[in-house]
Amino acid sequence: MILPGNASCQGCPIAMAMRCLDEIENPVLVIPAGCSTVIAGLHPKSAMKCPVVHVPFASTHSVACGLSEAYRKLGVDATIVAWMGDGAADIGFATLSASATRKDDILTVVVDNEAYMNTGTQASLSTFWKAKTTTSPTGKTEEKRNLALVMLAHKVDYVATASVGYIRDLRRKFRTAGKKDGFRFIHVHTPCPPGWRFPSEKTVEVARKAVMSGAWILWEYDGKLRISPPSEKYADKSKRIPLKEYLNQGRFAHLSDEDVKEIERKIDEEWDLLLKFS
Amino acid sequence: MRLDPILSKATVGSAGETGSWRNFRPVVEAEKCSGCKECFYYCPEGVIEVKGVARIDYRFCKGCGVCREVCRQKAIVMVQEE
Repeated sequence: MILPGNASCQGCPIAMAMRCLDEIENPVLVIPAGCSTVIAGLHPKSAMKCPVVHVPFASTHSVACGLSEAYRKLGVDATIVAWMGDGAADIGFATLSASATRKDDILTVVVDNEAYMNTGTQASLSTFWKAKTTTSPTGKTEEKRNLALVMLAHKVDYVATASVGYIRDLRRKFRTAGKKDGFRFIHVHTPCPPGWRFPSEKTVEVARKAVMSGAWILWEYDGKLRISPPSEKYADKSKRIPLKEYLNQGRFAHLSDEDVKEIERKIDEEWDLLLKFS
Repeated sequence: MRLDPILSKATVGSAGETGSWRNFRPVVEAEKCSGCKECFYYCPEGVIEVKGVARIDYRFCKGCGVCREVCRQKAIVMVQEE
């Protein structure tokens, strides 16, 4: 769905995820400001093969809702995809939450690079505890919000987490969600080379290490919550790779051994909470 | 009102010939390539085509090196551009 020669950085995980939109029939994208806006191209050129509506942050789901209702009334078979970053999900959360509560017929994809990357790496609600950003120069002092679980609490039809490190799992989730009706939400982990400070060729490796260390958990809810196959074995703590291997990024270079232990404890807590739902 | 002028058109190379961004060029060693398509799926730019073996469109390849990292056969080497 995305054409070569677009404006994404080298090794961009969002461009990787955008390619997976091929799994969805007749997508119409609604994109609030963010890296995805830049990647989608500057007028009069578009990098996307499908229609794109560029919108202000907080109006994302209002516009998506209007489009979805209009297409339904006109009998046009299209899948409205609200494609946003974690920053836009913070800023536009009120309309996102309202739309989920109304059960609008929208597929929401949040590509989460754990900071406001398009404006130069400011901390977002998704930023990891202790991660360095320009607004948390000594490491973020607040916890990371688990957005997918928040969306699950809206009792919507489909919620999943995915990762660009497991592209077949990601494509399957796009395909599954694309075929469903109602409010669907997919939270995609997208490790950002310039923002997290690692070399561009390591995007997939970092994404996989997040899953293998248990720091990012792949799961899917469609009435029942299931841990997805790539993450299954990491429910057992002894199977996980050492967390330090994942944290080997510029934004975590300052961590002490105690910090790593504390993050490990937080990860265990996340798993305990999630496994209660499954 | 004519909407046509204000609508963007799908364009290959919307950001120009991005191959010029490249510092390192991924080169496929055809005899090692198994045609598994792993590089095709992970290439962020979508510039790899696999017909038997992987072929890279250097006009737009940004040289990120993801293909080399994901290749199971270690069939891709990165060569410094002149």
